[in-house]
Amino acid sequence: MADMMTVRLKVNGVAHEGRCEPRKLLVDFIREDLGLTGTHVGCEHGICGACTIIVNGESARSCIMLAVQADGAELMTVEGLMQDGKLHPLQEAFREHHGLQCGFCTPGMLMTALDFLRTNPSPSDREIREGISAVLCRCTGYQGIVNAVRAAAATLRGGR
Amino acid sequence: MKPPKFEYHAPRTVDEALALLGRYGGDAKVLAGGQSLMPLLNFRLARPAALVDLNRIPSLAFIEESGGRVRLGAMTRQRTIEFSPVVAQRLPLLKEATRWVGHLPIRTRGTIGGSIAHADPSAEYPAVLTALEGEVVARGAKGERVIKAADLFQTYLTTTLTPDEILTEVRLPAMAAGAGYALEEFSRRHGDFAIIGIAAVVVRDGQRCKTARLATAGAGPVPVRLRAAEEILERDGLGEAAIEAAARKATELVDPDSDIHASADYRRHLTGVLTKRALVRAIGVARG
Ligand SMILES: Cc1cc2nc3c(=O)[nH]c(=O)nc-3n(C[C@H](O)[C@H](O)[C@H](O)COP(=O)(O)OP(=O)(O)OC[C@H]3O[C@@H](n4cnc5c(N)ncnc54)[C@H](O)[C@@H]3O)c2cc1C
Ligand code: FES
Ligand code: FES
Repeated sequence: MADMMTVRLKVNGVAHEGRCEPRKLLVDFIREDLGLTGTHVGCEHGICGACTIIVNGESARSCIMLAVQADGAELMTVEGLMQDGKLHPLQEAFREHHGLQCGFCTPGMLMTALDFLRTNPSPSDREIREGISAVLCRCTGYQGIVNAVRAAAATLRGGR
Repeated sequence: MKPPKFEYHAPRTVDEALALLGRYGGDAKVLAGGQSLMPLLNFRLARPAALVDLNRIPSLAFIEESGGRVRLGAMTRQRTIEFSPVVAQRLPLLKEATRWVGHLPIRTRGTIGGSIAHADPSAEYPAVLTALEGEVVARGAKGERVIKAADLFQTYLTTTLTPDEILTEVRLPAMAAGAGYALEEFSRRHGDFAIIGIAAVVVRDGQRCKTARLATAGAGPVPVRLRAAEEILERDGLGEAAIEAAARKATELVDPDSDIHASADYRRHLTGVLTKRALVRAIGVARG
């Protein structure tokens, strides 16, 4: 194909290079070209939040970004949360507090919560609900997720 | 779904971007935060020949205050606005409105220029631009022009910007120190577009009202400035009766449509309810 473009970026600290059409969505590049299938794709139009990742330090929907726009960017996906074989405090809290059932929304929930807690380390329950309203979950009824984010906030404030 | 084929350009300057738009003669689209345009591409509701991506033009992202007004570059992210100390101090209404725009992961990408150029009738920023009597700067092949809020919004998703123009800057007069303000909104879930939103600004002098500003989101094809309701407050003051009268007048000034989210009657009713709530809260925080 004539109009293929080169994309160089870092994901979870690892450098990658790929070639794709300009219309390739970032989420598809991550899943298909880089083989990182932890990031999920649901609605493909910015509503559900399943595809949320961290782009240059801030949460963003990877289904409404083009892969070519991420050339030169540093990304973090759900695969980057675990460090040295240990779950991230957010992941621990989701497991502990039943913050997931089927797990489809979970990668997006985790990355959204990560960014949310960075902007607001001591949120009220109301603020947590507002924060996670960015991601749709069809299973949990959200209460377990609210509990998990509250617990993770406490752990993260404690500097673990 | 996936977007149709297009050519992609990421110019470094506004001049380059304008040259590209000129080259495609109306068949190219400007890509800002992509939070409205990318869904349209994914649905194939938009099929431009090319995208001209503004994300690599650093000169389009800034917030500057001078001479009693705040200038915001078109590519300033909604999230930057949310956390900007200048905005918090000089344009607290804009800050408050920003929290209603989608969600944090939307605001990291979405821009003020994109929000205004997109001209969704339910969006918050066009209502704020209207209430604060702001203006935008548009650059095209023939140079630069300044467009007042009242002359910008034409109908649903349509502004007086031409396809070969780029909105480069949004200018808002700094709010008077001590001005009261509120943005009241009703939507089914937090982060959804407004069914009705009301932006209010009140400058008070005791129980007298020096200036009142009211504008709507969601109450018709474009934001509606509720001038006749403002006049009631400026004439009769800030007492309960005047607030009631202004809210009633507001319902007469709008001509909302029915859609799957709400009927026209319900929207009209909400316009009155939210005007009252916005005024009560704005008056409550106003000093002077
Ligand atoms: C889940 C979700 C919820 C949302 N909720 C809300 C909400 O509650 N309230 C709200 O207001 N918005 C909401 N939005 C939309 C969001 O605010 C968008 O950011 C905004 O509408 C468009 O800004 P953008 O920078 O993303 O522009 P883009 O999507 O890149 O562009 C939108 C349109 O404007 C044109 N354009 C953009 N910039 C310029 C420019 N500088 N000059 C000329 N033309 C330009 C583009 O060509 C395109 O036609 C939501 C979006 C999503 C995905
Ligand atoms: S898949 Fe991206 S928001 Fe739904
Ligand atoms: S756990 Fe199934 S969608 Fe959230």
